[in-house]
Amino acid sequence: MLEHVELFFKSIFIDNMVFATFLGMCSYLAVSKKVTTAVGLGAAVIFVLAVTVPLNWLLDQYLLRDGALAWLGPEYADYNLSFLSFILFIATIATMVQLVEIVVEKFSPALYNSLGIFLPLIAVNCAILGGSLFMQSRDIQTLGLAFNYGLSSGIGWFLAILAIAAIREKIRYSNVPAPLRGLGITFIITGLMAIGFMSFGGMLTGGDEAPKEVEQNTAQKVEEDKIIEETKENTVSYNNAIINE
Amino acid sequence: MALLSKKDTSLILDPLADNNPITIQVLGICSALAITAELKASIVMALSVMFVLGMGNVVISLMRNIIPSKIRIIVQLVVVAALVIMVDQVLKAFAYELSKTLSVFVGLIITNCIIMGRFEAFALANGPWRSFLDGIGNSAGYGLILIIIGFFRELLGSGTLLGYKVLGDPIEKTGLYAIGYENNGFMLLSPMALIVVGLIIWVQRSRNKALIEEN
Repeated sequence: MLEHVELFFKSIFIDNMVFATFLGMCSYLAVSKKVTTAVGLGAAVIFVLAVTVPLNWLLDQYLLRDGALAWLGPEYADYNLSFLSFILFIATIATMVQLVEIVVEKFSPALYNSLGIFLPLIAVNCAILGGSLFMQSRDIQTLGLAFNYGLSSGIGWFLAILAIAAIREKIRYSNVPAPLRGLGITFIITGLMAIGFMSFGGMLTGGDEAPKEVEQNTAQKVEEDKIIEETKENTVSYNNAIINE
Repeated sequence: MALLSKKDTSLILDPLADNNPITIQVLGICSALAITAELKASIVMALSVMFVLGMGNVVISLMRNIIPSKIRIIVQLVVVAALVIMVDQVLKAFAYELSKTLSVFVGLIITNCIIMGRFEAFALANGPWRSFLDGIGNSAGYGLILIIIGFFRELLGSGTLLGYKVLGDPIEKTGLYAIGYENNGFMLLSPMALIVVGLIIWVQRSRNKALIEEN
């Protein structure tokens, strides 16, 4: 349970898709002029990531990685199909996006009206493929964690696009130098936001490093104590020797 | 030159400056930012994209009359994915360390918007030779920006270029370091890539007023 909580917050804040790895920047910059459209695209990204990452996890686990085909029989255990992962992942994503579009249109026209136009855009959003590739390279262990990873990375992306859209709506009333207007200032603001988000990195290292230091300190103390005791013994025996003489 | 007509030359030269894929068309930003902490990685990335975009444009252009328009996105994705797998395997075989640095970003060439954008906007409507030139031109414009960013980030961040210590040795205090120069480690962190791109856009648009946006 704890690892779920840790992964959840880590993917939203520390490894934020936009600010730490720059995934999905194209649509992040293109669709962030208004808050309402940004919310639509963000919701669609959360949805598609939460569906495709676990699916690709299954593909990776039972089809692609080294020895993944062992369940077919011992003679298949040597196969390593991981070079096919790009093409399979992107095919899964493209078909899932189509499928999701059809299902949503059929069962929830209201949702389709708000998400619909963004869904085709999403097949070529790097954040989606990036989610699957990071899931593969970071070696996520269980299906539940893969779902968690997809969902929380999506939420991180959603937060990022929501924040930049809100800032861009306000910045229209500011006096920005003419050559920086539009794209330039958006880049610089994103950079500043990324610097802000870097401070969340302390949440992770702070928890990890503190106990180690304590251990080191105690180990050092033990050694120091030993040295002190040894010198004491030495002086005592030296004194005794002098007295005996 | 008989090989390249005037129109063809503009196909190559336009994307280098006034129609640059990164600073004007805003395509392919993700990889431009993530891997530019070193110049070497930027150059390899630029070459990989050039290969994928040049070849992909030719393939799509050859198939443009037989692809049903409803499934063209999937066809395009398959073509790109196949080319990217080739690049990835070559990198893993001949430059393993570098392929570790680039990590998932080689795979992300598939969803690099420049590639889909050029397929949609150019290769589906033009012949193979012109599409090839367009692909080379656009990936050169992309590579140019990547190399500029990589140059400044590596030079100011770690004081090296392609791994050579051009500013002297920071530990033995030679060269610039002898007079108290320090590396700005901040340049190596990801946020600075965004700010460097912002500055490049600033410079470009103040030189060419026609590119300035309304707000």
